[in-house]
Amino acid sequence: MLIEVGHYALALALALSLTQMVMPVWASRAGDPVLRSITVPAALATFACIAFAFGALTYAHVTSDFSVQNVVENSHSMKPLIYKISGVWGNHEGSMLLWVLILALFGAVVALARNSVPPVLRANTLGVQAAITAVFLLFILVTSNPFARLNPAPMEGRDLNPLLQDPGLAIHPPLLYLGYVGFSITFAFAIAALIEGRIDAAWARAVRPWTLAAWCFLTVGIAMGSYWAYYELGWGGWWFWDPVENASLMPWLAGTALVHSTVVMEKRDALKVWTVLLAILTFSLSLLGTFLVRSGVLTSVHTFATDPTRGTFILGILVLFIGGSLALYAWRAPTLRQGGLFAPISREGALVMNNLFLSAACATVLVGTLYPLALESLTGEKISVGPPFFNLTFVPLAVPLLLVVPFGQTLAWKRGDLAAASQRLFVGFALAIAVTLLAVAVTWGGPVGAPLGIGLGAYLILGAAFEIVTRARAKTVGVSLRRAAGLPRSAWGTALAHAGVGVTVIGIAAQAWSVEALATLPRGGELRAGPYVAVLEGVLPRTGPNYTETVAHLTIREGGDPVGVIEPGKRFYASRNMSVSEAGLLTRGVSQVYASVGETGTDGRVGIRLYYKPLVLLIWLGAVVMALGGGLSLTDRRFRVGAPASRPAIRDAAGPVPPHSVPAE
Amino acid sequence: MPAPSPALRALLLALVLLAPVAAGAVQPEEVMKDPALEARARTISAELRCLVCQNQSIDDSDAPLARDLRLIVRERLRQGDGDEAVLSYVVQRYGEFVLLRPVLAWHTAFLWFTPVLVVGLGGLALWAAARRRRPAPPRGLTAAEEAAVAELVRRAESR
Repeated sequence: MLIEVGHYALALALALSLTQMVMPVWASRAGDPVLRSITVPAALATFACIAFAFGALTYAHVTSDFSVQNVVENSHSMKPLIYKISGVWGNHEGSMLLWVLILALFGAVVALARNSVPPVLRANTLGVQAAITAVFLLFILVTSNPFARLNPAPMEGRDLNPLLQDPGLAIHPPLLYLGYVGFSITFAFAIAALIEGRIDAAWARAVRPWTLAAWCFLTVGIAMGSYWAYYELGWGGWWFWDPVENASLMPWLAGTALVHSTVVMEKRDALKVWTVLLAILTFSLSLLGTFLVRSGVLTSVHTFATDPTRGTFILGILVLFIGGSLALYAWRAPTLRQGGLFAPISREGALVMNNLFLSAACATVLVGTLYPLALESLTGEKISVGPPFFNLTFVPLAVPLLLVVPFGQTLAWKRGDLAAASQRLFVGFALAIAVTLLAVAVTWGGPVGAPLGIGLGAYLILGAAFEIVTRARAKTVGVSLRRAAGLPRSAWGTALAHAGVGVTVIGIAAQAWSVEALATLPRGGELRAGPYVAVLEGVLPRTGPNYTETVAHLTIREGGDPVGVIEPGKRFYASRNMSVSEAGLLTRGVSQVYASVGETGTDGRVGIRLYYKPLVLLIWLGAVVMALGGGLSLTDRRFRVGAPASRPAIRDAAGPVPPHSVPAE
Repeated sequence: MPAPSPALRALLLALVLLAPVAAGAVQPEEVMKDPALEARARTISAELRCLVCQNQSIDDSDAPLARDLRLIVRERLRQGDGDEAVLSYVVQRYGEFVLLRPVLAWHTAFLWFTPVLVVGLGGLALWAAARRRRPAPPRGLTAAEEAAVAELVRRAESR
């Protein structure tokens, strides 16, 4: 019964979102603000309905209701509870439901948000958001009903793909979707602005928190996915340039550009036309990602069961939203008034450089991902575009971009002084070169590029630190500290995020020094990777809730002393007749020792693969630091209290005023 | 792109599912005795696609076909082939599809030049925009204005 009500709630949500979509248009035709205000409760009700439907599906999964087809195909009564819950979105139908749930969640939050969004802009934005929600709800109801029943109900389910039975599934897709779908709000704001034909700094201020929040989620979501792939796929790689990874990287690159261009728009009223285009493109790339994953045009580890009708439907959605929004853009963008002027050497100029290189990187990934498809359908020639291509093209675009970052922070708005900025960054430069030379000296004879990468990372971190130091420096330490504390949180957020990029760069560069060793070991056999030696103590069978496992028990020694034990294993899931490897990890500081097991021979020897991965955790920690920086920026005073122009200036220069103490107008 | 027939799909699926999920790909017995040759073999392997897998290099794949290719690569190296010779040997037998880094030729020119094209055209557009929007340089005064200025100066001086 609950299942049918869930299905009904989904249909109701469709009707509600159609209402929410139509009302702003009708309101402006009828000139009736009351009609416009209906969008707010409609957004909330849509969210409530979809949340109910999601809850119903989750309930079916948790209680292993095998009369529901979706549960049969993706669950098993013996599966641990966490995977029963995360299994809800570990399949096509359920993940689509999560997609619209988050879409509606963002709609509801915009409806409730108390920041100073003009009512017409808010209503139009909610209207556009409702259009996206409606189309995707229609997609679910027509092609991917998660509530389909199965009669007669089987006794047992077919279990979830073992690769997905991992805590990563509980975290990675929700975060990623919060990012992907979060950009829908920016998109909706952009379309609303185009419809209204008005776009200004207030628009940028209204959009910026959403963009920043979506960007933070996407950053952590991608990092989480990368770490998951690293420990699950068993050969120690952390980025594979897989089409689906690329599908998440493209909106991230475009979104990163957008986060920066909205700064220019908010502060200087410039780059408006470009920012609107970027907002459209970022969400379009998110939609493209959805299409690539679900249509089956590209196959990878991530693709769900493919079905041509679904592919065609999503292609239709893609054409509707991307084509429609770009047509609207072409029609309306020329009417947008151009804003502030700036010299090429200025903070705006640096941010334009940022946008140029990020766009080029994004275009490279896009073309690289789709080129084989296009070429094959045009000429029939089959080529592959893989990691060597992307490494070769992406890195030369990333390096100049990263070199500009500290300059961008230092240069003044409107017209900057490059010589003065270089002077200010001189110490940072010198220290970064010292770090590079140190890295060369310590690892003499190793890879040549890696020390340069370490130096680049150090340069970014030092540049970020120097930015804060320069802005806070005063005669005495006490005053300096107080000034540093009084800096806007967005300044701290920027510095933190840029330092995070540096941390990731160091982690990536250090992988050139990772060591791999492989051997078939007898009991008591040893294998060395870098400073660590693994000793195979034994191989034991083990039984989990829904699998059996062969575990290799390895003692890790460093300089003769045991420093830990790792137990890589190979799990066999009888329900799916499938094995997956479980890597064993030993974390030493931010470095890791990584082991995985291969085949067990007839003589009792076991294939062991051992890696020493220096500083590897920095890759993902850097991403977390980036997201924290974004989050810190999000708590900046101007987002909490709305437009500062209409409020008294900061009363106490020593610290930000808490939001409740701001007098009401 | 024509969709693969159901039979082919089933076959591919079976291959994916039946491939032993050993961790990592290169097996200890494959490793060459000469570490320099082995390092070259690994580098070459990372450039070659496993034809029955999705986006895996033969260095990462566990599929039997990938293993065969790895052994071919090592065999060619043992015969004294250079890196390029090994790659072209494999391409001759398996086609260009096997290369993860496509060759630079007419049919891949757009692919390879995308980064340059975007940065170049973007830079050009920015330069043009900056030129267009730069305020016009101050033009000289007309004769009448010169006269008016001279008149003002004369008056100020005479006061």
